[in-house]
This record gives sequence, structure tokens and C-alpha cells, in this order.
Amino acid sequence: MSKLAIENVSRIFPGVRGGTPTRALEPTNLAVADNDFVTILGPSGCGKSTLLRLIAGLDQPSTGRILLNGAQVSGPGADRGMVFQSYTLFPWLTVADNVAFGLREKGVAREQRDAVVRDWLGRIGLTGFEHHYPKQLSGGMQQRTAIARALANDPAILLLDEPFGALDNQTRALMQELLLGIWERERKTVLFVTHDIEEAIFLASRVVVMSARPGRIKAEVPIDLPHPRHYTIKTSPEFSALKARLTEEIRAEAVLASQGR
Amino acid sequence: MKPLAPISNAARIMLGILFFVLFFAAWGYVTFGGYVSKTFLADPLTMVQEGWLLLTKHGFLFDIAITIWRVVGGFVLAALIAVPLGILMGAYKPIEAFLEPFVSFARYLPASAFIPLLILWAGIGEMQKLLVIFIGSFFQLVLMVAVAVAGVRRDLVEAALTLGARDRGILARVLIPAAAPDIAEILRLVLGWAWTYVIVAELIGSSSGIGHMIIDSQALLATGQIIFGIIVIGVIGLISDFLFKWANRRLFPWSLA
Repeated sequence: MSKLAIENVSRIFPGVRGGTPTRALEPTNLAVADNDFVTILGPSGCGKSTLLRLIAGLDQPSTGRILLNGAQVSGPGADRGMVFQSYTLFPWLTVADNVAFGLREKGVAREQRDAVVRDWLGRIGLTGFEHHYPKQLSGGMQQRTAIARALANDPAILLLDEPFGALDNQTRALMQELLLGIWERERKTVLFVTHDIEEAIFLASRVVVMSARPGRIKAEVPIDLPHPRHYTIKTSPEFSALKARLTEEIRAEAVLASQGR
Repeated sequence: MKPLAPISNAARIMLGILFFVLFFAAWGYVTFGGYVSKTFLADPLTMVQEGWLLLTKHGFLFDIAITIWRVVGGFVLAALIAVPLGILMGAYKPIEAFLEPFVSFARYLPASAFIPLLILWAGIGEMQKLLVIFIGSFFQLVLMVAVAVAGVRRDLVEAALTLGARDRGILARVLIPAAAPDIAEILRLVLGWAWTYVIVAELIGSSSGIGHMIIDSQALLATGQIIFGIIVIGVIGLISDFLFKWANRRLFPWSLA
């Protein structure tokens, strides 16, 4: 049985002031297996973020249903951790308190919370920054903390919505390795939205390509590159072949999207 | 001068003081130079002398204390009710829909116009003064706090939801801490307005306070005393402003860091 099942899920935003409704997401089916790392690749405006928000429960589907471990998703919950593109660390909390936020909401005792926080800060390389406020951190450090905050809660699935989109190229590459390293150890089920082809291939065991408006799944490409993956894999012939293929897939969509269809 | 280019701290302080110097120089020029009649505007020296007399001979310190007590008392009463109400209005849309139209209307009712009515209801004692301040600041506070809470970044709320926070948690551990620096800033601002209401309340039907001294001095044509009273109000306002800013920096280091 798949961990996450998306059955006929669509999202239509009502038209503003009698305008035509926007079909953000056509009826979509997708199954994500346990321990899978799936990236959703598509141009902006293809409904990939909408799909992720529906899974997170931050938005309601117009049709269809979403099942996580067989139970229907009806609203946001701690079983689906999310990392956003914008920096969403709570600015009034220190790094340690940010990471502990979900555990606190659950009512986990202080000592246990502290242990989990210490463990996660070590894994993301932010030991020593416990008492810093988010404003004192770089963008990359903030997103690392946001990943730790989501994972410290031990969710059934981790949702990431272009988490490295605002970072510079070098930082972005390091973050990808960090995230992949965590996944290779933890084997969490991960759904990762991006418009960066290299990022989608490097991280995933399967890439789902989405088409432009109306958003729908256009292709699914399995990525059989071996684990653990090293950044040098990005220059291998297999990687280049996948990149060429996905570039073709996405280019047609980007052209359509830019024509504002 | 370049747009938005920063200046050094020393230059900032010097320029700030310079304006005060120019202000007093201009005032001294028109009064000592005889361009304005002493009956209408006392010169700076007379103002200081009369102010000193007020403080030492006429118990003006007591008037200052009673005025501060009225402002703080009325303002704290208003804030105690307005801040929680504003938070609820900002957080819960049905409560906002229920109260917002009335509060928006009541906000435009001038507090000073209530003074005759309040004298009928509460006499000319302390209660009437506190009520003037209360009416003057309550509705403003409610609305501004509601706007601050409603304006909390939506993605922070969503992040908390995906971390398992429920309604109470969102209110107590996201909306309130996120809006707290704004609320503190609103309190600072509205306290400044409360000062204008207290003086108006004291100008009408009062036997003590800075406003009472000012209206007494008018009868005596003691413009030096009036100006001294006004300056005292300004200085107290400056001090309270400074205290608020200092407290905000201490309470919310994260918003400035």
C-alpha cells in the first residue's frame, strides 16, 4: 500500500468578481510509496505548489481526496511536516525553540525536547547557534533550521515547497547534499517541489513532471542513480541524459506557460 | 546630502540639539527684541522664573503627579480591556464582523465632546477624568491592535499549523508573540494621544492638574506659566516615549537584532 495516495484531486479557484474560475490543478492521481523521495518538477504556475498545499491540508481540494496511511486528509496536522520557500522560522524564538516548536505543541517534556533539538542541530551543523534568533542567521542556515524544525516533529511525510529557491547556487548545492544525506540515513517519505531540473534529478528516486495551466501530471521519470549520491554525479553521462530528457519535457511547458495560455 | 544615506550618531545628536537652540533663540529674539508684547508671549527667562516659582511656591509638582496619575490610570484601564479585545477581533473574523463597524464609528466620537456628558454622569472628580482618557484611547487601541494581529504573516501561521499547532496554540504562540512588538508600539502612540485628552479634561472643571494650572494662569495673563506647563507636558511625553522605546528594545530583541 502506498504511503500517500492522491486520488482525482483538483483545485479550481473561484473567479474574482464574476471572472472565469482558475483551474489551478486538473484531476490528478499520484501514489507515493513509503521511504520514497519524489520531486515534482514544473514551471511556475503549473499548480505544483497548490498540490503540495492540498497535501499539507492548508487548502481544500475541489474534487477528489488525499489519503495518508489510508486516512483521509482534512486539514493541516503534525503528520505532514512542511518547509516553505519563504523564511518561516518564528522570528521571536531562538533556533533551539524553533526546532522544538512542534514537540512543545505536542506536549513533549522539556528534557526530551532538548535532547531531540540537540540531536537535530548537530545533524544540520548548527550546534552553537541554539540561542541565535533567525534574523542573525544566513538564508541557508534558516532553511536548514526549518528542515530540522519539520523533522524534529517526526512527520510521516516531509513536504518541501522550493525550499532552496531563494538561496544562491553554491549554498543551494550544499543544502541539496545535506537534505539527501539526511534522507539516506532516515529514509523519510519526501515530496519536494522545484522548478530546478538538476535539483529534481539529484535528490529524487522519481521525478514527476507537471504541465503548465491547467496543471496536471505530464510524465513520471524514475531516477535509478545509485545511493549514496555524491555531488560529482551531476557531471556523469547518466545524469546528463536524464537532464536532457527532462529539459525537453519541461521546455514545451515553459513555452506554453510564457504564452500565458 | 544623499537620499537615505546614514549619518553618524554624534551628528544626529548635534542636529537634534541645534533645532532646540534655534527655537529658543528665535523665541528670545522676538520677545527680548520687543517684537511681541509681553502680555501675549513671555520671554524664555520669565518662563523659567515663573516655572521655578510654580514648582517651589505653588505646589506644581503635585499637579504634575495628579495629571500623570490620571493619564496612566485611564490609559491602563483602556489597555487592559482593549488589547485582549483587539487580539480577539484580529484573530477571529466573526468577532471582528460583530464589533468592527461599531468600534470604527465610536473611534470618531471626539473624547472631548463627551466631557459635558461625563460631568453630568460622574461629576468633576477623578472618575470623570479617567473616563475621558478611557474613551479617547479605548476605541483607537482596539482597532489598531486588531489590525496588527490580523496582519501577522500568514505563512508563519501556516508553518505552525503544519507543526501541529491547534487554534489555541496559534493564538497564544504565534499571533500574540508575532504582533507583540506592534502592540507595544501602538500603546506608545496612543499614550501620546491620551496626554492631549487629559489636558482638555483638566481645562474644563478641575481643581488640580497641569491643565487646571494653565487655565488659572490664563486668568492671570501669566503666559510664562502657561508655556512652562506646556513644556512640562512635552518633557513628560518625551520621557515616557523614551521609556517605552527602551522597554520595547529589551522585551523584543528579536525584532531588531
